Amino acid sequence: MTERLFEGADWDFHTLQRITDACEEVALKDLGLDVYPNQIEVITAEQMLDAYSSVGMPLFYKHWSFGKHFAYHEASYRKGLMGLAYEIVINSSPCISYLMEENTATMQTLVIAHAAFGHNHFFKNNYLFKQWTDAEGILDYLDFAKNYVMQCEERYGRVEVERTLDAAHALMSHGIDRYPGKKKLDLREEEKRAGRRRQHEEEVFNDLWRTVPKGASKTRSAISLERRRKLLGLPQENLLYFLEKSAPRLAPWQRELLRIVRHIAQYFYPQSQTKVMNEGTATYVHYRIMTQLHQQGRISDGNFLEFLGSHTNVVFQPEFDDQRFSGFNPYALGFAMMQDIERIVTNPEDEDHEWFPDIAGKNDVMGVLRDVWANYRDESFIAQFLSPKLMRHFRMFHLHDDPEERAGIRVDAIHDDRGFRRVRRELARQHDVGYIDANIEVVDVDLSGDRRLILHHRVIKGSQLNETDAKRVLQHLADLWTYDVALIEVDAQDKVLREYVVSPRPITAAA
Amino acid sequence: MHIIDRRLNPGGKSLENRQRFLRRAKSLVQGAVKKTSQERDIKDVLEGGEVTIPLDGMHEPRFRREGGTRDMVLPGNKKFVEGDYLQRSGQGSAKDSGPGEGDSEDAFRFVLSRDEFVDLFLDDLELPDLAKRKIAQTESEGIQRAGYTTSGSPANISVSRTVKLALARRIALKRPSKEEIEELEAAIAACTDEDERVELVARLEKLKAKTKRIPFIDPLDIRYRAYEKVPRPVAQAVMFCLMDVSGSMSEHMKDLAKRFYMLLYVFLKRRYKHVEIVFIRHTDRAEEVDEQTFFYGPASGGTLVSSALQAMNEIVRERFNPSDWNIYAAQASDGDNSYSDGELTGLLLTEKILPICQFFAYLEVGEAGGSAFDLSDSSLWTLYDRLRSSGAPLSMRKVSERSEIFPVFHDLFQRRETSQEKAAP
Repeated sequence: MTERLFEGADWDFHTLQRITDACEEVALKDLGLDVYPNQIEVITAEQMLDAYSSVGMPLFYKHWSFGKHFAYHEASYRKGLMGLAYEIVINSSPCISYLMEENTATMQTLVIAHAAFGHNHFFKNNYLFKQWTDAEGILDYLDFAKNYVMQCEERYGRVEVERTLDAAHALMSHGIDRYPGKKKLDLREEEKRAGRRRQHEEEVFNDLWRTVPKGASKTRSAISLERRRKLLGLPQENLLYFLEKSAPRLAPWQRELLRIVRHIAQYFYPQSQTKVMNEGTATYVHYRIMTQLHQQGRISDGNFLEFLGSHTNVVFQPEFDDQRFSGFNPYALGFAMMQDIERIVTNPEDEDHEWFPDIAGKNDVMGVLRDVWANYRDESFIAQFLSPKLMRHFRMFHLHDDPEERAGIRVDAIHDDRGFRRVRRELARQHDVGYIDANIEVVDVDLSGDRRLILHHRVIKGSQLNETDAKRVLQHLADLWTYDVALIEVDAQDKVLREYVVSPRPITAAA
Repeated sequence: MHIIDRRLNPGGKSLENRQRFLRRAKSLVQGAVKKTSQERDIKDVLEGGEVTIPLDGMHEPRFRREGGTRDMVLPGNKKFVEGDYLQRSGQGSAKDSGPGEGDSEDAFRFVLSRDEFVDLFLDDLELPDLAKRKIAQTESEGIQRAGYTTSGSPANISVSRTVKLALARRIALKRPSKEEIEELEAAIAACTDEDERVELVARLEKLKAKTKRIPFIDPLDIRYRAYEKVPRPVAQAVMFCLMDVSGSMSEHMKDLAKRFYMLLYVFLKRRYKHVEIVFIRHTDRAEEVDEQTFFYGPASGGTLVSSALQAMNEIVRERFNPSDWNIYAAQASDGDNSYSDGELTGLLLTEKILPICQFFAYLEVGEAGGSAFDLSDSSLWTLYDRLRSSGAPLSMRKVSERSEIFPVFHDLFQRRETSQEKAAP
């Protein structure tokens, strides 16, 4: 029998090293994972709270909203309303995993297997992360962002910087490129470029240029409508990008701030699209590793039982009429699907051959899973791999709630032959970020006219914007644009449902 | 693979963000602080603690969709078949779990430190800046013993404590004593039987090895004497609260006075590490009482202001030597005084009280609304006004509404400063 990794609940740094080595062996040899180098950091509960409030990043620029989140988390933690996460893991190279010092040795093993190998593999191999994030550059970029924001505060005043960041944060979820095409983000290069831009601006600055008389501006007719829109890259759904490039009166540093917020939003975009897969992967990996270690006799029966306890809690899925229900638990759904794929690959039933001809009975579990992890996001993953067996297992059903319908909420499909495909399609749709977020685009702006910015919100299924919030966000948008902004909500038939017009506040217009 | 211990890194990374949040939420927090402080005793007003802030005052807006038709896939269907209808509000129906609902944030309790609390409390008054030049920083730091620590400078090693711990450890781990070894060596020397000798030698070797393993003094035993800095008040302050509690003083008037004293106390507490409060209430005779009795005790009778001044003078003579103490006094009254007492009061003030006081404030409190209050000056007001115009360092104000307390307090300090500046050139 191999030696135990640890006994009881205590651990020290040698134990952690042994645990990591053991996990690594299983992860790389048995599961064939491909990971970034790991960095494991042990932190206290307070530091965990700190990390929470700056979106889990080890360094971040300063902003009051993070203080708010800290106070909020701290208050609920103190009152015992909220436990702390066991771990935070950062998509960077080296991949940083935070472990809490309060965890028992078993928990540390679970967390290392989960974060340092499960999430890590997913970050490194999933196409969305490859396409949109730069694991090598992110920490340097955040460092740059932090310093840049600090410098701006020194130069232009905290209030000004805060106002710009507030506005940028309000638009953050609309500061994302959803479709690739542009080249991969290189944050280090980005950082250098920002430095060069600034330097260039400073070198060529000459106050005399201000006094040069301006030529007569082009008349309205000089530029055709089509050409104008093309020049501005319209329609544009990345509002932050549009403002950064085209807002007429922003100072260069403000554009840089928008850019920073936009890059960070983009960095987190893949995470929001892969919650089920990411957690499913990590949970599946930790389950495999822990089981393996237990079979090898490196974890005692008692410790393994402790692990099973936590694992079961994590993958618990309350039913819809349960007090605790708050939607699908990504851990539960993800893990169940990964296990189900394993079943289909090794031990398929007739039904599975029919539904999954490509993978049923293929017998190479890890090969199939690695391929799935690399090439799907939640929406396509569910649409492709949610099996009838699992739908029956979860007893899924599809509800359609039309406020106009007096009889109540209609059950549209259930887990039967007629319903499988519809339930699956609907569940996949619920995990499509492009579908969940409001579809808002800049459609036109008259640069030679009144410079009013026109945005469209394409309303889906009658779901309009929350009015109070929409007005506040538009106010931020108008402040950055410094001219009127109009948002028009239109339905699929181009019928106008509601229209907002907001003028910039004078204080920023004067700036 | 790196494993790093970050626990020793300074925590509180969020402190700066927290402060920014506080600054941002200042008006909200300030309102909460004021509300909290109204419910407290004078001394407790400095405690800091929890205040409740509505979170939506600090809302971060986003474009959010709501309403419309909703589709959802849920787990746990036990009885429904396609085409069934669920009642919207009935039992067993899906509760509102659609996206964008129920995510409003409630008010949450924000824990303020003592300093944050007082800062916010005073900030509104703009007091500290106003009076900074007035009252110099008057404290120094002393050093006192604070037990033992496991780290420190060699000069601070506590030999006795270290030896004691070493001894305890040696006993606990059963380190062989010198006598034991000597005894054994003697036994070996005296031994004749070869077998026994071998056994004894082995035992000796074992003991010696153990001696080596368990050192006489281990780094673990070493203790250092620890010191800590403590503020040593070189100057201290005493605040006299003088209040007329004769029948004419209503609850409202007492409340006004209490607020004024509270401010004065907080203000002094900022300047001095050590502030004493003396509550003197008077009718036609004066007595020193505790805070409860002062503000809430029933008392009635005629009015003799001089009795309070007399009492204060005596207490000062007994307990607060003016060369050691900074003396502050605030008098609250509705202004009624016996006609015959005027002269004595004036004399006591100019001769005894004002020369030893840093600051003497007279607060004339009136009923809410206070229209009659403005008609004619009270006897006390007339008297003090006369004294003031003849150059006595008196500050006086009339108050009839709660909201006037802050500005009046502010004003009192400012006025004193300008009068001094006037006197200076």
